[in-house]
Amino acid sequence: MFEPKRPQKQLKYEELRIYTDEELKNFTEEELKEFKIKHEIPAVEELEKGPWPSFVADAKQEALRRRKLADDRMMIDRYVVEDLLGQLELSFKDGETHWKHGGIVGVFGYGGGVIGRYSDVPEKFPGIAHFHTIRVNQPASKFYKTDFLRALCDLWEYRGSGLVNMHGSTGDIILLGTTTEQLEPIFYDMTHELDQDLGGSGSNLRTPSCCIGKARCEWACYDTQEMCYEMTMHYQDELHRPAFPYKFKFKFDGCPNCCVASIARADIAFIGTWRDEIRIDQEAVKAYIAGDIVPRGGSHKGRDWGKFDIQKEVINLCPSQCMWMEDGKLVIDNKECVRCMHCINVMPQALRPGTDTGVSILVGAKAPILEGAQISQVIVPFMKAEPPYDNVKEVIEKIWEFWMEEGKNRERVGELIQRVGLPKFLEVIGLPPAPQMIKAPRANPYIFWKEEDVPGGFERDIKDFRARHKR
Amino acid sequence: MALSTGKYGKFDPQNPTKDRITDIGPRHYWENFPPSIQKNYGKWLYHEILEPGVLVHVSETGDKVYTVRCGSPRLMTVQHVREICDIADKYCDGYVRFTTRNNIEFIVDSLEKVEALKKDLWSRKFVSGSYKFPIGGTGASITNIVHTQGYVHCHTPATDASSLVKAVMDDLFDYFTGMTLPAKVRVAVACCLNMCGAVHCSDIALLGIHRKPPIIDHEVIDQVCELPLVISSCPLGAISPDKTPEGRRTLKIKVERCMFCGNCYTMCPALPIADKEGDGVAILVGGKISNAVSEPKFSKVVVAYLPNNFPRFPEVVQTVKKIVEVYAADARKHERLGDWAERIGWEKFFEKTGIPFTEHLIDDYRLAYDTFRTSTQFKFTEAAWNVCKAAGGID
Repeated sequence: MFEPKRPQKQLKYEELRIYTDEELKNFTEEELKEFKIKHEIPAVEELEKGPWPSFVADAKQEALRRRKLADDRMMIDRYVVEDLLGQLELSFKDGETHWKHGGIVGVFGYGGGVIGRYSDVPEKFPGIAHFHTIRVNQPASKFYKTDFLRALCDLWEYRGSGLVNMHGSTGDIILLGTTTEQLEPIFYDMTHELDQDLGGSGSNLRTPSCCIGKARCEWACYDTQEMCYEMTMHYQDELHRPAFPYKFKFKFDGCPNCCVASIARADIAFIGTWRDEIRIDQEAVKAYIAGDIVPRGGSHKGRDWGKFDIQKEVINLCPSQCMWMEDGKLVIDNKECVRCMHCINVMPQALRPGTDTGVSILVGAKAPILEGAQISQVIVPFMKAEPPYDNVKEVIEKIWEFWMEEGKNRERVGELIQRVGLPKFLEVIGLPPAPQMIKAPRANPYIFWKEEDVPGGFERDIKDFRARHKR
Repeated sequence: MALSTGKYGKFDPQNPTKDRITDIGPRHYWENFPPSIQKNYGKWLYHEILEPGVLVHVSETGDKVYTVRCGSPRLMTVQHVREICDIADKYCDGYVRFTTRNNIEFIVDSLEKVEALKKDLWSRKFVSGSYKFPIGGTGASITNIVHTQGYVHCHTPATDASSLVKAVMDDLFDYFTGMTLPAKVRVAVACCLNMCGAVHCSDIALLGIHRKPPIIDHEVIDQVCELPLVISSCPLGAISPDKTPEGRRTLKIKVERCMFCGNCYTMCPALPIADKEGDGVAILVGGKISNAVSEPKFSKVVVAYLPNNFPRFPEVVQTVKKIVEVYAADARKHERLGDWAERIGWEKFFEKTGIPFTEHLIDDYRLAYDTFRTSTQFKFTEAAWNVCKAAGGID
């Protein structure tokens, strides 16, 4: 536990760095105020106004530093950021993107992690003629040491555009914009010096991601970081080499609050849960009622909502109506509880999840197109989730085997389940049906009986039938 | 050990597999945790929000760990990341964290450090006046908007994302820095129906959409695309084989079947769908992912189209603000936007927000029937009287 699966280099920025302090601070605020980029971008510059952090103002800082760096201190075009802003202005004017469709590029031996991108107006914006993305597999929960971030910044200033996303929707660090020629040198330095790998793209396992979990949350029902890390390491081949019908995502949420949105975004969502009883501190319940502890950790402090009312704000909002007050004590009928987290969210000092914990496994979420958007559905109500997670891996691999055999090109596993039916899916992965998997039983009676379900089978003799019924 | 310089660095293009390292995965999470996080891992008792953007987590060891959360534009430069590192080095012993919603979190071990850090963060501005590190995004607030690439880096968008987010967050800034809402409101932006940002379960989702069918590039389509693959990519079977007058293989599109999803363009660059007049933004509301109180649910389309009015999207911004304000004034404490809309009824949602209800908001895709009202339990609003008049039911 808490150890990497292989010895890891300790990174020291001072040993890794490319740029001197002078180069990193090579312009003054006055210069920045006066700075004009090489294109006219009046619409884009509108986005420098307003209180929210402006990506345009930020981009100009980078553009100015690149102007002032020596020629041999960057391996791609000096004007890359300026050209990007210029193309953005043109896109605003045209109401259409100016990135070309497609472009297969990558690093040797990987089928994912790099996304090819080319401008369709390279003559106007030569700095972004090639502008490929690199996905970098983020450390679980996105905590960083600055030594790593600074080294990554130097690498990306030198061999890339200096523009990044912290982070992409799936979780990776996104390095935006480099040339084909620089892909291998970047990968070489990233693996050899930063001891760090790329993430997923294409028809691969996408970079798994998890919530903050036990690192800073009292509700994590399992170790989301450890499980995310283990699954990422165990399935490196699936992450880097496309063998699937389409993308596949794992996400790890420590509790049903679903802070990384696993239930809406993951092909397999691992959601922490418990099967014993909610822990109650009755003294703290009294303190909440008396107003000595502010509800919901103070999340409603910005407005006067009046005195906390446990009946109205907790008991009446319980979806299973499984709690009530009795002799000044909060009583929870735990076998009726659906573990929605509301009472715990509102009174975190009085209530905590149980201690017999694990994961619920839900399958099949995706965003739209084809059958529309889907939220994951329950497949396994509860499973212990302890390293090395062999029980979980067994479920994952059964699902993959079925999907890789039956799935059509660009068909997510949730769509496949819809196409073949949940009963068939359960049969293939060997799980018994249960009411926990459905909202309600079917309303139509068009049941696909199998021959073996019916005594005597499907074969019948028409002569025998006619012996009883005239034509 | 140092990062390489020169065109190819230490990589040898003549011998690409030499010393190759692959499949090593990410840096391990543990080394990136501040010592206070390592020490209290899995031992947390409870947390409190001291003020907007400032959290304290209390451990059973007695330790208290303070977090200051700031917004970020997601798209940033290495200059900005280095500034984040400077702050993290100065106050947080060289550790920093990003949240799933692209906020930056600085973690410190004392209230004194929190005060100094807050002062420092609020003092940092871009030369144009925008805050670099606005503090907020906790509790009953609108936290950072998650979004996709838009015109900055995507080849299929129907709108831009970074500019839309900037415009919306400028207007909702007080809801980021304050905690005045009935519950958290999660806003998300996806710049086309692919929804790379998976906005489909957000309280408020802004979604780039197309409204014109693809154009067919007959000259190249049979060379650049697998025609059968394109045909099968259409969810509605609107694409079929065809021949040009010169006898070249091409495709035709049954326009009345097209739902403008762009899936065919994703498969085939010879079917561009983007269009200045056609493209715009749809607004969906009422989705959630949390299982608390009500079940996770999809967002519903309440505005079918607003124009891509770059760079500030005034129509979209005003509509979002109106929805948030009406919700803030009307919903009960702890009630998410979707739960509020369902409690008062969607007919009341449209009445209260003043958003016009149009035919485009009635589902006509698969499973549309599930969304139809099959009961007499409805509320009378002006829209109902309009139907009654049209039907001759009243004068």
